[in-house]
Amino acid sequence: MDVMVPNTFKVQKFIKETHDTFTIELKSLETKNGFTFEPGQFNMIYIFGIGEIPISISGDPNKSGILVHTTRAVGTVTKEMAKLKKDDIVGIRGPFGRPWPIKEAIGSDVLLVAGGIGLAPLRPVIYHLLSNREYYGRIILLYGARTPQDILYRKELEKLRSRLDIDIIVTVDRAVKNWTGNVGVVTTLIPRAPFDPINTIAMICGPEIMMRYTIVELLKRGLSKENIYVSMERNMKCGVGFCGHCQYGTEFICKDGPVFSFKEIEHLFGKREI
Amino acid sequence: METLEKILVNHPFVQGLAPEHVQLIVGCAKNVVFEPGKYLFRENEQANSFYIIRTGKVAIEVYSPEVGSIIIQTLGEGDILGWSWLIPPYQWRFDARAVELTRVIELDGTCLRNKCENDPALGYEFMKRLANVFEQRLDAMRIQLLDLYGKK
Repeated sequence: MDVMVPNTFKVQKFIKETHDTFTIELKSLETKNGFTFEPGQFNMIYIFGIGEIPISISGDPNKSGILVHTTRAVGTVTKEMAKLKKDDIVGIRGPFGRPWPIKEAIGSDVLLVAGGIGLAPLRPVIYHLLSNREYYGRIILLYGARTPQDILYRKELEKLRSRLDIDIIVTVDRAVKNWTGNVGVVTTLIPRAPFDPINTIAMICGPEIMMRYTIVELLKRGLSKENIYVSMERNMKCGVGFCGHCQYGTEFICKDGPVFSFKEIEHLFGKREI
Repeated sequence: METLEKILVNHPFVQGLAPEHVQLIVGCAKNVVFEPGKYLFRENEQANSFYIIRTGKVAIEVYSPEVGSIIIQTLGEGDILGWSWLIPPYQWRFDARAVELTRVIELDGTCLRNKCENDPALGYEFMKRLANVFEQRLDAMRIQLLDLYGKK
């Protein structure tokens, strides 16, 4: 199979999540075996005649029949994607990249810190953890959004919150009086989040600045650098480390990442030249 | 029932203070409960309290005629609230509203100021601890200003 040739998928469902984010559910036209992936991996999505972009997979890894992607309409390709309708066809290459450390996290508390659309690449982790609940300690999701209207998967989060085996704490950067939740950046939730710092694996996904300050707070809480994981984003093109567009120091984000431990990339993280 | 002293002594803001300083602070403290929707203070009122939130949630708000009350930040269990009692002209700069049933330890600002003036060691300790809170809030506010999740 040529990794550079896209497979065709048909849009089964288009879900508008917020004013500028949406989810598409896709079904393969070429195989009945479904689509398997690991949480944290991404696909290259080809909108024919427009272009191809990398988007993390945001569905349930246990449900191989449907491929799910959530993204924000922000560039040329995603704005076209936002116009997709049921039965439209897209090209998919993937899955690519190194996944979140769900095996390494067995036996530990798992802290997920998401900012904005960064919740989408962590959603498969949530599905995985909850369907293998007995293997993990406490599961905590700290999620920061811009406003209450920008909260991604809001109904799903509300439903998950009613479970007694996961702590979900949401905060927004701005709100008006009818909002009864937290207001403030997601980093402010870390000092009192209920996890055991010496036995916790943290997975962070969001804008790089948010991840930087989140790491500062996690280190203050006593997490070790090798137990903090981030999902990096760069200009990925080929998805397999051929083209070099996403080179990050000696690493390629598409092939060696997008998930890295902070320990691995500390020397590169936050460097302006890279 | 836990005494005020015991609660205060276990709070990160007070932890590590000399016992005599804790005693001085306890002398300015009382327990207060705010029902949901009640204001701890309002903008421009005289500021004479320093709060340690025991349980609940408090929204720091500013009123805009166009939008109504805008929540700038929420504070919860363990957070400290209010430093306008320390800085002339001792007026609150924002509103603080209990979002849910909120229990606080309220310290009298004039009482604290006088004790800090009279005992520079206590005053310096108090200012160091407050400076930490200022730094955390300023950092958080700066990140908040970046509008990280907005369109680039």
